[in-house]
Amino acid sequence: MTREEIITTTKRFLSEEFEVNKDKITANNNLQKTLDLDSLDYVDLVVVIEENLNFKPTSDDFKKIETFNDFYDLVEQKLS
Amino acid sequence: MDRRVVITGIGLYSSIGNGKKEVLDSLRKGKSGIVYDKAREEIGYRSCLTGMVEDPDLKPYLSRRERIGMHQPAMFAYMSTMEAMEQAKLDIDFLKKNETGIIYGNDSTAGAVINTIDKLRDRGDTTLIGSGDIFQNMNCTVNMSLSTIYKLKGINITLSAACASGSHSIGMGYLLIKQGLQERVVCGGAQEINVYSMASFDGLGAFSIGHDAPTKASRPFDKNRDGLIPSGGAATLIIESLESAEKRGAPILGEILGYGFSSNGDHISNPNFDGQYRSLKMSLEQAGVSAKSIDYVNAHATSTPVGDSMEAQAIHSILGSDVPVSSTKSMTGHECWMAGASEVAYSILMMQNDFIAPNINFKNPDEDSKKINVIPEFKEKKIDTFLSNSFGFGGTNSSLIVKKFVK
Repeated sequence: MTREEIITTTKRFLSEEFEVNKDKITANNNLQKTLDLDSLDYVDLVVVIEENLNFKPTSDDFKKIETFNDFYDLVEQKLS
Repeated sequence: MDRRVVITGIGLYSSIGNGKKEVLDSLRKGKSGIVYDKAREEIGYRSCLTGMVEDPDLKPYLSRRERIGMHQPAMFAYMSTMEAMEQAKLDIDFLKKNETGIIYGNDSTAGAVINTIDKLRDRGDTTLIGSGDIFQNMNCTVNMSLSTIYKLKGINITLSAACASGSHSIGMGYLLIKQGLQERVVCGGAQEINVYSMASFDGLGAFSIGHDAPTKASRPFDKNRDGLIPSGGAATLIIESLESAEKRGAPILGEILGYGFSSNGDHISNPNFDGQYRSLKMSLEQAGVSAKSIDYVNAHATSTPVGDSMEAQAIHSILGSDVPVSSTKSMTGHECWMAGASEVAYSILMMQNDFIAPNINFKNPDEDSKKINVIPEFKEKKIDTFLSNSFGFGGTNSSLIVKKFVK
């Protein structure tokens, strides 16, 4: 999956799951704030990532993520 | 402290109507909400009849977080509560600042639990179930959802008492307000309506198999009945102290006069005369009214021979032969955990509009029902005081007496 495909795919499922406008999901925006995630929402974030990208991020993975760019990096790394 | 307790809002999400207006029309016309459900046939039900309500779309009203913890009981209860809150002139800003409780009747979340376990079997990993299921799976799902959505700060408990859950919820709320422990309480009952919820009950052979004419199959008190028909939805009643209602300028729909209750201490499913008799008697004593002052009885009668007969005997023994009686389950089917609350709400609509809703499909009385005055057709009648019975598995009984409000 290319970086562009990762961005398109994640925008789609994150905006659907967390009911956020796709336009707000930009590379430098903060993931937690943009998706308005509380501790329970991270459980659902794991579920949609596994469903759409076939891997399960760990809590350590999430600690490294601030922006969507960080998230795309993680996905690239996991899928490589 | 001994305060007067009044009803200031009712809301209904029922097989005979979404909201009071539709329900009132159905009650007047004797319109049945019973349908043949193909899904029940496909999964192996003996009886494929049920009252039916649709799953409401709550996206226009609630956030994702508020919605994902809700399955049918909570979804239905939100619909009825939204209507009741509006009538009672209550909103979230007021509820945040003024302590209000919730005692809601619910006794199962079968559909939600099975959906969760299906997900687990499919994914093989509990961490892939998602965050909403736990709140859908618990019996207090209605309370958890409504208390957090409406920011309720008072008593917060779920009442599980089988088919008397909704009635006891009103009774318990009434006692707390009467004693001065709460100003207002959101009461009600919710009943899920999916194929998982009633499968084991269907297996007992207690449901009607009148598949050829679904709307004629629920026949409480009729000699030729062949069983009950399950149903569902939700009913909410806002009850509060008279002082609070008057201070807020809320509409007063009726006053709760008495609550009687008992336990049979007998068989797990068979009703008994003594328990019902004691519940009825206690409600009259608590209300401080005579049998003659009851203008209408909304019977529990579900359309099963033993249950209907016991109740007819109890009504006859306590209230005599003349008081008009009808079972709205003839139209709605048995709304189970919801029934005790919805039937008080149906009766309030009758009281406000001076009529008795018919016990449809009542053609031929049996030995016991011929002793009481079952009303088979719409009847104009001024109702000042009514009594509503609810009886449940395990022998839990509840009787409520409500009166038209007089200052």
